[in-house]
Amino acid sequence: MQNWIKITELENIPLMGARVIKYEDLEIAIFKTKDGSIYAINNICPHRQGKLSDGLVHEKVVTCPLHNTDVDMISGESIGEEYECTKTYELKIENSLVYLNLK
Amino acid sequence: MKEKLIVVGNGMSGLRVIEDLLEINKDKYDITIFGEEPYVNYNRIMLSYILSQEKTFEDTIINHESWYTQNNITLHKGDKVISIDKLNKTVTSQNGKVENYDKLLIATGSKPFIPQTVGSNLNNVIAFRNKADVDTIIKTIDKSKTAVVVGGGLLGLEAAYGIAMHGVKTILVHRSGSILSQQLDSTGGKLLQENLEKYGIEFKLNTTIKQINGISDVEEVEFSDGSSVESNIVVFATGIIPNKDLAIEAKLDTKKGIIVDDFMATSDKSIFAVGECVEHKGNTYGLVAPLYEQGKVLAKKLADVEVDGYSGSTLSTRLKISGVDLFSAGDYLGDETTEELILLDEKVGIYKKLVIYDNKIIGIVLYGDTADASWYLKLLKEHTDISDLRTKILFGKSALSGDSGHGGDDVNSMSDDEEVCGCNGVCKGDVVNAIKDKDLKSLSDVKSCTKAGASCGSCLGLVEQILVNTLGDEYNAVEEGICDCCDVGHKEIKECINENEFSDVYEVFEKLNWKTNDGCIKCRPAINYYLLVKYNDDKYKNDKRSALVNDRNYANIQKDGTYSVVPRIWGGLTSPQELKDIADIAVKYDVPTVKFTGGQRLDMLGVKKEQLAPMWKDLNDCGFVSGQAYAKGLRTVKTCVGSQWCRFGTQDSMAMGVKLEKLTWGSWTPHKYKIAVSGCPRNCAEATIKDFGVVAVDSGWEIHIAGNGGIKVRVTDLLCKVETDEELIEYTKAFMQFYREDAYYLERTAHWLERVGLEYVKKIMLDTQKREYYVLRFEESQKSAQVDPWAKAIEDGFTKEFSPIVIKPEESVSFEAKEIN
Repeated sequence: MQNWIKITELENIPLMGARVIKYEDLEIAIFKTKDGSIYAINNICPHRQGKLSDGLVHEKVVTCPLHNTDVDMISGESIGEEYECTKTYELKIENSLVYLNLK
Repeated sequence: MKEKLIVVGNGMSGLRVIEDLLEINKDKYDITIFGEEPYVNYNRIMLSYILSQEKTFEDTIINHESWYTQNNITLHKGDKVISIDKLNKTVTSQNGKVENYDKLLIATGSKPFIPQTVGSNLNNVIAFRNKADVDTIIKTIDKSKTAVVVGGGLLGLEAAYGIAMHGVKTILVHRSGSILSQQLDSTGGKLLQENLEKYGIEFKLNTTIKQINGISDVEEVEFSDGSSVESNIVVFATGIIPNKDLAIEAKLDTKKGIIVDDFMATSDKSIFAVGECVEHKGNTYGLVAPLYEQGKVLAKKLADVEVDGYSGSTLSTRLKISGVDLFSAGDYLGDETTEELILLDEKVGIYKKLVIYDNKIIGIVLYGDTADASWYLKLLKEHTDISDLRTKILFGKSALSGDSGHGGDDVNSMSDDEEVCGCNGVCKGDVVNAIKDKDLKSLSDVKSCTKAGASCGSCLGLVEQILVNTLGDEYNAVEEGICDCCDVGHKEIKECINENEFSDVYEVFEKLNWKTNDGCIKCRPAINYYLLVKYNDDKYKNDKRSALVNDRNYANIQKDGTYSVVPRIWGGLTSPQELKDIADIAVKYDVPTVKFTGGQRLDMLGVKKEQLAPMWKDLNDCGFVSGQAYAKGLRTVKTCVGSQWCRFGTQDSMAMGVKLEKLTWGSWTPHKYKIAVSGCPRNCAEATIKDFGVVAVDSGWEIHIAGNGGIKVRVTDLLCKVETDEELIEYTKAFMQFYREDAYYLERTAHWLERVGLEYVKKIMLDTQKREYYVLRFEESQKSAQVDPWAKAIEDGFTKEFSPIVIKPEESVSFEAKEIN
């Protein structure tokens, strides 16, 4: 079962930065990396619940702003530490609009 | 044909034997290691730093997978050896592996002792022994308001400190009347307790746990004094027991631990044992230095090199809590036959006690100032007659030579057999010889080769001094990379940036052969800073995406992800109207906490990110600009009331403070930068622990530099005295710019000065021409720097990102995507 929602225009996601999407109780960060790819992951770091959207983006990784835990945006895994995975979401772009699958 | 060596245990003592053995003869054995934990070899001593979040697990790894591979060692992680067949010389593991050995080394360490108490079988009643314990503690205290730690020994205190650092109320229960009673006398214990209480740890002494209540998890703890507390976790740090299970199963001789001889051989001469699991001449050891001493002997024995047997160890210990200096060794209590030399300054928090017998030191307690620990320990170990030193000995080694010094150990006066690293039993001579013999050039080389500084890290400064002294001019030739992304250090990066033209951080990465495309949290902010300093804000646009979160969002991120907002209060002076404006804004945004900072400003804490921009706008409208309380830049200029109001004030410190703040705010510095101006030598603005401290005297101003009131307090050094305000302003400009350009990113003035030396700074600052050069460069840089970052962020539209995009459920759509990104 897929549950696509329309988010925003692609240009509203800052390069090497993030926008936060709030949907009911969910808070999801949409990141855009240097090559223009976008990734959606739960905004909460699995280590100490820092907001990943405030983290430093490098390649496909975001570093949590609270304690520098690195989280892989593709898999949601924390790198070098054994914390639980962060949930990741599927994204699609059509006509410069970003859609997010909440499944 | 190589012999087969099997090591049972992948911990610190067993692996140290292997490291030493490989150094002596790397071809003698085929080595296989079994480890019960699912990790490579890590530094158990540093678990407390992981708990207090001062280090990550990665920082504690001693040998990575690559080390095992490079040395052809087979490692079975997460596989415990469960039996030994002495007759056929085989071991069997839990996963069913059966391996032959010619020599077997048992290094199974110890097990935590958890006393049987009602409820001690509940979930979250744990020890503080391995990484899994630390993970459980961190996970559980997230949901707990109170934690209980049992045991006031080294481990218990470190556990309590680590938990308290998470903002959790921590109760430490200890059965005797004084903490650290195995290492400290009651005076030292009292001073330490007072210090730890400042971190929010509550002590229940002469108390034990009566019972732990709960259904499956811990819910409540009852104490022997009749009180109780709601808690979700109980951490036991009540001692360790040598882990001799395997030896018992194999019918080796055991008592308290596995019995070994002076060459660490067990009752079976093909089987050796080392570490916390062994008993040597009736003694068991739970500190790392003795285990490494045993390891050195065993490595030589295994390599068939002649060696004197192990004869036992003198125990000494340091507490691994940031900001708490504590050292003890030997018989620190003494008895009716011994004398005590004591220096006690409770106000400053310094306590030194030497226990003397027959004019020789037999026990040491140092609290608050441990700089001379290795010297006292040497006197103790060598049974030196101290009759001639007696009147000055408590004032330290420098007092004997007449050099009052300014902190730090004088490595030149250390003898080769003086201990540098207590954790690993490394002496100065070992370090010097390794540097010379193996051509070591960097601190990391010295750490990995000698192990000095590789455990708790408290001696790293000393190790570096030895490296600097041994290499002389060569020292700067090789620098460590600033992170894993590169092989170049700050010095080389700065030189490269100064010699070339770059327009962004990526061009620097390319020029210096970065291993990653985007760098990381360590290197990208550093490169961004160096570019900013070179070009100033008007020629190089600050790359927000490369800045640390506080510098990027112009507010201080807090533990819950909210922010704190601090408007600038020039020189600490405000007015009723300004206070009213700040109060109105705090009410408008429902700010949960408003606090006066140590720097005489008002801090609004608990502000949501989306509130930042409108709050800044309101503050701007009332005439406030950002206080840069988050910045690697000028934070604050603290002042006393000075000659305007104070009966003793000799100069107008308030006016000067405002002037200096208006002069210096806005530009970026390597780290935060604080100034204070005191109106008289009573120094009420505490100028002598600031980066730049100004103290008024009758004849003008004293200028003090490189102070720090942080974890390790550093009192400033006097740079010079000046007679006029104009001269003071000139030095203010010149020093700040010199620091901006000369220090490494994230290097406080205190660390910078200790690295480059006071003479170097004086040489530049007291030279009129050089000072003028830096004044001019400062003035140039300030032209583009003094822009309020709050107003600029709103103007640039950067704050749009601060607002979340809120999607309502009814906006969900069915969608069939055609393009996949």
